[in-house]
Amino acid sequence: MSAMTSVQRLTLAKGLNQGLRKAMEDDPKVVLMGEDVGKLGGVFRITEGLQKDFGEDRVIDTPLAESGIVGTAVGLALRGYRPVVEIQFDGFIYPAFDQIVSQVAKLHARSLGHLKLPMVIRVPFGGGIGAVEHHSESNEAYFAHTAGLRVVAVSDPADAYWMIQQAIRSDDPVMFYEPKRRYHERAEVELDEAAEAPLPLHRARVTREGTDVTLLAYGPTVKTCLQAAEAAAAEGKSLEVVDLRSLSPLDLDTITTSVKKTGRAVTVHEAATFLGMGAELAALVQRECFHHLEAPVLRVGGYNIPYPPSRFEEEFLPGLDRVLDAVDESLAY
Amino acid sequence: MSEHLTEDAPPAQPIVDARHLQHHETTVQPMMEHDITDGGPDMVQFVDGDGNRLETTEANAPYAKIVEDMTSEDARSMYRDLVLVRRVDAEGFALQRQGELGLWPSLLGQEAAQVGAGRAMRPQDYAFPGYREHGVAWCRGVPPENLLGIFRGVNHGGWDSNANNFHLYTIVIGNQMLHATGYAMGVQRDGKVGTGDPDRDTAVMAFTGDGGTAQGDYNEALVFASVSNAPLVFFVQNNQWAISEPNYKQFRIPPYLRARGFGFPGVRVDGNDVLAVYAVTKAALDAARAGQGPTLIEAFTYRMGAHTTSDDPTKYRPAAELDIWKEKDPIKRMRGFMETKGHADASFFEQIDAEADELAARIRKACQEMPDPDLRTMFDHTYAEEHPVIEAEKAEFSAYLDSFEEAGR
Ligand SMILES: Cc1ncc(C[n+]2csc(CCOP(=O)(O)OP(=O)(O)O)c2C)c(N)n1
Ligand SMILES: [Mg+2]
Repeated sequence: MSAMTSVQRLTLAKGLNQGLRKAMEDDPKVVLMGEDVGKLGGVFRITEGLQKDFGEDRVIDTPLAESGIVGTAVGLALRGYRPVVEIQFDGFIYPAFDQIVSQVAKLHARSLGHLKLPMVIRVPFGGGIGAVEHHSESNEAYFAHTAGLRVVAVSDPADAYWMIQQAIRSDDPVMFYEPKRRYHERAEVELDEAAEAPLPLHRARVTREGTDVTLLAYGPTVKTCLQAAEAAAAEGKSLEVVDLRSLSPLDLDTITTSVKKTGRAVTVHEAATFLGMGAELAALVQRECFHHLEAPVLRVGGYNIPYPPSRFEEEFLPGLDRVLDAVDESLAY
Repeated sequence: MSEHLTEDAPPAQPIVDARHLQHHETTVQPMMEHDITDGGPDMVQFVDGDGNRLETTEANAPYAKIVEDMTSEDARSMYRDLVLVRRVDAEGFALQRQGELGLWPSLLGQEAAQVGAGRAMRPQDYAFPGYREHGVAWCRGVPPENLLGIFRGVNHGGWDSNANNFHLYTIVIGNQMLHATGYAMGVQRDGKVGTGDPDRDTAVMAFTGDGGTAQGDYNEALVFASVSNAPLVFFVQNNQWAISEPNYKQFRIPPYLRARGFGFPGVRVDGNDVLAVYAVTKAALDAARAGQGPTLIEAFTYRMGAHTTSDDPTKYRPAAELDIWKEKDPIKRMRGFMETKGHADASFFEQIDAEADELAARIRKACQEMPDPDLRTMFDHTYAEEHPVIEAEKAEFSAYLDSFEEAGR
């Protein structure tokens, strides 16, 4: 394949779709399962065309029961398969919570390493699409809090394509968060590993370099932060944007290198700030960068209320203004 | 690829080779498709597709008396409900298409199932709906305007469930089945079962769909209801589809037959025959109120529309199905029955259509005039009692909004 043809312009959704396809071609043990993932290709069409091409044994339209989906995925994994589960919407993962925290996360440890659970649980997450309740939640912290699970969040088409494949190859269970309001964002994706090696799964990326304040974000808020950085630049402020990509484990090196350089950090996520990822980031940064900090680590996030009806969501979600306010607050110290 | 556990385990059954994509030789025996237009001989039915009153069968005999006792007036008012409910639904759909609502789950085709069930309830009974039960809401006296807030993104329901004994819509499939069961357990403890007083004895109804029967909560609810002999009627609207998945992806034995395994009776009823649904539900509610425990009713019907306004069913189901079910239309059928029996004349039907027009206009107006919520109310009701985090965030948010007003931004 020439370098020219290995670059494609893809949406984030299509990046996932192509990544899943590649993983299924590479490894016949990869099976997809979930509600409506087969014939329909999923409500977001992430698995579109895969049942047609790989058959019903490998792309399973499951009964409507999330505990059942994840529980049977555990069984399939024990039998040597690599299940990739789709949870239709973030808010419908809770029936499977028990299976995930009690079994998926713990079986490797309980078996003293004899058993591996190479499974991926894909979760379209976050708000901003005007949906009814239970369709806009950000529950990544519950799982990042659970030892035994790896948790990642993609923010762009290239990461979508590569990270889904890396997650599938991992011998640990991976919670894979997809920012549903960014599914239709497009970008160029280098599909050839030889032309450009993808970043390892658990590494953060400095998406925009800057010198004054570090914005720490993941999933849907990476774009928000890039826009904030653009707006701030017009006012002469230089913001660095770090896309965490991995929430568990965190890439502490990339994070602290950035904060030591800027001396200021603002975390930005849709989830509630109270015990959200920002709380862990703030604790780690103050510990590791204490002598470099010019201001306390500030957190911008969802409020500590149930995800509100959609007419409120523009104000509920951390947008440009709230990010820039936090930047100003940080700079004012 | 990293190595994994079963590298030296016995080889799994041969599966699809990804390199021969067109030949999916399978070792898995999946459930087969079946005729989804025929409810079979167990199905209780009183009126056929053309409105003819059917002969007594083994299935419908136990309910014949209830139907015979119904008056012309009963038939007329049920017909009225069917037409008005369809109109509420059509208006919801139109409002979504015009951008006034974010989403609308249509009940088109399921009017008889919902009106038959809703009409069989007594005022003291209590309903726990899913998200498509606009017709049950109507029969409980919930103003249709109250249903719009959820789909307009103004609230998450917001109505007082106790005003009409109609619980909030539940979107997480299956959750409400357990709530209904627990509520019915409370009714038992209040001594409101089996007293023989028709205004005191109380039953509860739990609604879900065919897909819902796969969910853990659903099956647990059936267990709890069974062991507690709760005054409960589980009402499964089998509209043949759970988004893109047909019945055979959800179960091998239909819901009404599974009830027996949980320890109580199950009945399949023609969900497009409002008289049959009413009669079967009334009998089940009477039994529940009398202390005879739960019943499961499977209303065999069809989702004539898309799953919701976000869905495109042409991706997964054949149009031919729709044509067959059109012939079973619940309103056409009831009207045929009434005309044959002389329960109503042409002017009655005209009058109902006019009433439907008025109702539609009323709903439309209410929707368009529904104010956007005051943003500052976003924090209200998170807790029943004061909570410092909420108070702090509310103040912070308020100051944030004020900063815009001050800046005139
Ligand atoms: C726990 C849960 N998982 C997934 C969904 C997404 N979802 C909404 S409706 C639906 C299908 C429901 O089918 P069925 O129970 O037959 O009811 P119908 O929509 O046909 O009335 C699904 C999968 C959900 N609402 N809740
Ligand atoms: Mg259904």
